[in-house]
Amino acid sequence: MRKTINNMKTAIPMIIGVLLLVNLLNPLFQKFYPKIFTGNYFLDPFLGALGGSVSFGIPLTSYVAGGELLAGGVSLLAVTAFILAWTTVGLAMLPLEIIYLGKRFAIWRNVVNFFFSIIVAILTIITLNFLGL
Amino acid sequence: MNKKSLEQLKKKRLSNSMRFLLVVVILYIGLAFGDPALIKGAVWKTGEVFVQILPILVLVFGVIYVINHYLDPQKIERHLGEESGFRGWLYAVIAGILIAGPPYVLYPIFGDLQKGGMKNSLIAVVLYNRNVKVQFLPAMIYYFGLPFSVVLSFYMLLFSLFNGMLVGFFSKK
Repeated sequence: MRKTINNMKTAIPMIIGVLLLVNLLNPLFQKFYPKIFTGNYFLDPFLGALGGSVSFGIPLTSYVAGGELLAGGVSLLAVTAFILAWTTVGLAMLPLEIIYLGKRFAIWRNVVNFFFSIIVAILTIITLNFLGL
Repeated sequence: MNKKSLEQLKKKRLSNSMRFLLVVVILYIGLAFGDPALIKGAVWKTGEVFVQILPILVLVFGVIYVINHYLDPQKIERHLGEESGFRGWLYAVIAGILIAGPPYVLYPIFGDLQKGGMKNSLIAVVLYNRNVKVQFLPAMIYYFGLPFSVVLSFYMLLFSLFNGMLVGFFSKK
């Protein structure tokens, strides 16, 4: 029970903070989203993965942030890469990862995960379109 | 200052997530002087969304409680050694899905396991599958729908294996 309460203590302030930030930035940038996220199969997930790489936290927070960005007009391609890179690429945590797991491992893991965020996002959207879902 | 009071002081320090929230609140207060309408709208929208997702959050934390209650991380760690073979890959996928915790908690644990002989490829698989979380699925389905959640989870599981192979190959000494 204590572990779950600790999870809640970490997650709830983070979720509220992210919601506040997204809802503050969305009205300011919403008009630019259609120009930036045009549905391009390479540029959209690349930008999404960049955004996700500099953010970090539990996957739940990325779904909340991604869902709000999607509602604000960001393409699903970009949002998919964003939520993937959020958990699998951790630029902020890279120094810590290097200390514990080694430089070679940490750098290669983050590089591979960055490109996988883009590839998996593209494959997911192509599959959904192909299946007509 | 003695050890006990130092520990008490540490406990009183704000967590990273509370600090993050505090920074956002300070930003809101600062911007409220310039554009009160923008801030009012953002606060209102945040409250609206939070109330909407509250039942999902209750469900998510319910599932987290059940998993925490029945999961023994030491059991999983035992099956991820150098000689684990195919079963090791399978356990790495399962461990990644079940193990919860921030990177700063997981990295020291996997650093120890790496020293103890755990393969880099399996560590990469576990860390990649942190994204596939049974407990967070209700939230993913709520925001993106069931078909998206199923397709994305399938690709994440598949690519976690490719990820393990590539990271294992490149990080070989």
